[in-house]
Amino acid sequence: MSAPVARTTRLDAAASVERPLIVANVSRRRFLQGVSALGGLVLAVGYRSAGGAQEAKKYGADGMPNGWVDNPLAFVSVAVDGTVTIVCHRSEMGQGVRTGMPMIVADELEADWKRVRIAQAPGDEKKFGNQDTDGSRSTRHFFEPMRRCGAAARTMLEAAAAERWKVPVSEVEAKNHEVVHRPTRRRLGFGSLAKAAAGRPVPARETLRLKDPKQFRYIGKGQLKLVDGRDIVSGKAQYGIDTRLDGMLYAVVARPPVYGGKVASFEATEALKVPGVQKVVQIEDSPPPAHFNPLGGVAVIARNTWAAMQGRQALKITWDDGPNAGYDSVAFKTTLEESAHKPGKVVRNDGDFAAAAAGAARRLEAEYYIPHLAHATMEAPAATVRITNGKCEVWGCFQSPQAARDLVAKRLGMSADDVIVHVTLLGGGFGRKSKPDYAIEAAVLSKAVDGKPVKVTWTRDDDLHNGYYHTVSVEHLEAGVDARGKPVAWLHRSVAPTIISTFNPAAKNEAPFELGMGVINVPFAIPNVRIENPEATAHTRIGWFRSVSNIPHAFAVQSFVAELAAAAGRDPKDFLLEVIGPARQVSPEMLSDTWNHGESPERYPVDTGRLRRVAEVAAREAGWGKTLPKGRALGIAAHYSFVSYIAAVVEVAVDDKGMLTIPRVDMAVDCGACVNPDRVRAQMEGACVMGVGIATLGEISFKGGRVEQDNFNSYQVTRMAEAPRDIRVHIIPGDYRKPMGGVGEPGVPPIPPALCNAIFAATGKRIRRLPIRDQLKA
Amino acid sequence: MIPLEINGKRQNIDLPGETPLLWTLRDELGLTGTKFGCGMALCGACTVHLDGQAVRSCVTPISTAANKKVVTIEAIGNAPVGKTLQAAWVDLGVPQCGYCQAGQIMSAAALLAHNAKPTDAQIDEAMSGNICRCGTYTRIRAAIKQAVAKRGGTQ
Ligand code: FES
Ligand code: FES
Repeated sequence: MSAPVARTTRLDAAASVERPLIVANVSRRRFLQGVSALGGLVLAVGYRSAGGAQEAKKYGADGMPNGWVDNPLAFVSVAVDGTVTIVCHRSEMGQGVRTGMPMIVADELEADWKRVRIAQAPGDEKKFGNQDTDGSRSTRHFFEPMRRCGAAARTMLEAAAAERWKVPVSEVEAKNHEVVHRPTRRRLGFGSLAKAAAGRPVPARETLRLKDPKQFRYIGKGQLKLVDGRDIVSGKAQYGIDTRLDGMLYAVVARPPVYGGKVASFEATEALKVPGVQKVVQIEDSPPPAHFNPLGGVAVIARNTWAAMQGRQALKITWDDGPNAGYDSVAFKTTLEESAHKPGKVVRNDGDFAAAAAGAARRLEAEYYIPHLAHATMEAPAATVRITNGKCEVWGCFQSPQAARDLVAKRLGMSADDVIVHVTLLGGGFGRKSKPDYAIEAAVLSKAVDGKPVKVTWTRDDDLHNGYYHTVSVEHLEAGVDARGKPVAWLHRSVAPTIISTFNPAAKNEAPFELGMGVINVPFAIPNVRIENPEATAHTRIGWFRSVSNIPHAFAVQSFVAELAAAAGRDPKDFLLEVIGPARQVSPEMLSDTWNHGESPERYPVDTGRLRRVAEVAAREAGWGKTLPKGRALGIAAHYSFVSYIAAVVEVAVDDKGMLTIPRVDMAVDCGACVNPDRVRAQMEGACVMGVGIATLGEISFKGGRVEQDNFNSYQVTRMAEAPRDIRVHIIPGDYRKPMGGVGEPGVPPIPPALCNAIFAATGKRIRRLPIRDQLKA
Repeated sequence: MIPLEINGKRQNIDLPGETPLLWTLRDELGLTGTKFGCGMALCGACTVHLDGQAVRSCVTPISTAANKKVVTIEAIGNAPVGKTLQAAWVDLGVPQCGYCQAGQIMSAAALLAHNAKPTDAQIDEAMSGNICRCGTYTRIRAAIKQAVAKRGGTQ
């Protein structure tokens, strides 16, 4: 058997990209990379190291490490048989990017989708531009570059045909995998032009002729099936955990159960007696900050995964738990609450909250708690590494293959040029697989067995015990309202350990990107707004989880608005619209938001008209105001995140015993124009189910520094019976000339508050602490 | 040596009898379509058929599978019900990441093999052991119903 096994070839871009017969002429390339000023590894969510003179601020893809590339030579190849291979450089984790991104290229190229093959790019940002598949950015950052790639390749094919026919290029036109000479109706297939086109210069960017959106064949139509659909349903699709190489060994690792802990001593005699176990290797611990380093521990390498797991069980390890051994979620909740009751760092201040609140007709306050969460991707982290002849190859489910490449190289003391990272499909990502600690583990272990291929598999308890958790937070809100109940003063104190603590242990305040996720950039028509951020200390690895800080912020803000509506005796939807205020464009800077999801404040102002509209559409489609039987009611929430606007109306049914079911959810989404509307719908449906899980079941808690949940029995996620029966997604039509918004994440934040608002409407019970679990039980 | 019949092929496996079928399929036989999600019969990702019944291969020792017929996702398309389900899955765009879907299809195939026209409650019941972290449940249910309709609800 050759390695890797044949089935991985579909994902093996290196092979396809360097195919001989391609539209390619590297020496004459005129395309330049759009390169970010930021070198090195920069946090996906926009963390930049402090200090140093900032160059002119860059936004969008320009602001990402290695920016964007629109070079058709990197992305498109045409074989003589006419097969068009399009490289997808972003990671597929269920968002449909391997369908959507190539579809953009194919459309501008006038390729026939049936003759398009997709190759997955290895981690190589110099060649492909930023590959960090995170932050709901792929489509909005690469729609234009991918269009240009397709248009440039099309232009090269057209020029080759014109040359062959000796006619002016203005008389020819690519149409459905052929180039047509209009006056004579002569035609040449892409395949027959491949060689000639490969000799053409790449046209300059400014000369490209892009399609009028009315001419799109695939973009926005939603008629194409997923490129990996057939492989998925027949078990052929290759995930990180599926890599198989000749002579490969299998490893699992016992990691320190407490963050910052390490191995004090261990005894491997029994483990080595387990049939199939070959070697036990200690992985050096990496003291905090965690960054993307492995946590260290003891690895068992065996003939198969099961033997490795049995061997691990037989290890006797004494841990030195270190300073976080006291981390206790019950006590920490109190700590956060105490902080939330005292003033903290002021991060936005409009008007005079204190004076306005003092003069208000009535004052209200509420406090919300959202626990740690684990990504619990269905496929836990997995990576395989082989080191031969000074080269290292890595296979795995990576959201950020360039980070995997750089960090493996660093750990092995190699040049990144000698490390190849192959990206498999990801069995879910949600932010967890942006952190390639597991790739480094596999590299260390391969090195320990003389470069033999080693696959590291994380078990579910590894995944839950040693994650990069969503933060834990207390959100304290106060309002002063006028005689009609309308808020005139708004105070929000948000307290949560910051993601930055994973990189800098001194960090105790939320970073601009966290505050800009729905705590400061709330565009309400309230004159006196004060947002404070008291300090919080992290005691575990905090990471970004699908929609990140929007989860607690939206839960608190949208619940509190509904609480104010109830106090005023008003309809929650009408009241929400009134609090949002009239349609207007608000500069993020006016909201003290310097981050704005990494996007330009001019191109992406906060548009309250769009926020209003999604709320109105979701309400209308859900039949807001309809009469429902006892125990059934609707709740609404609307939230702006990842430069998209999403509202949800959740219908709940709560029976006498407090059993909750969700007959229906209506979601309205305005993400600008869509490339693949069916995947936008799918992302909303998935976000809805995940939001329901966060609201009803999800909680990671610590005791003695250790996570208390081990598997899906104690860390529960939504199953079919508890999921909404019917999820209706209403997409607001967009304009392809306007900036696009994100889709993968922003569906999550409105769901928990809409659900809890519905529960309140149905039962009068207000949920302020997630998860709901048995709080509705009589 | 443990005699196994996997997707119609008989083979003898040289592993301890307590080795789970899951890891035997994946690591020893290269049938990686069957997925690992929890190892404790909690998620359904590893579902295969053992003499036509859906079982969690992560908790099924190969000794219990000996001399029984094992069918995995790689071969379920050979059965009409499996083929119809796969087609419905593709047609309705059920998969997101797709990782859970082998298990989902195996559970659905076992359901439809025994109950040609399941009610919603029966679908929920049969599928309750299968987690989809991407949240594709509404489409899974729709795809099962589409497959039922295509098969005309006959046994
Ligand atoms: S892996 Fe077997 S049920 Fe989860
Ligand atoms: S499709 Fe991703 S877990 Fe089900």
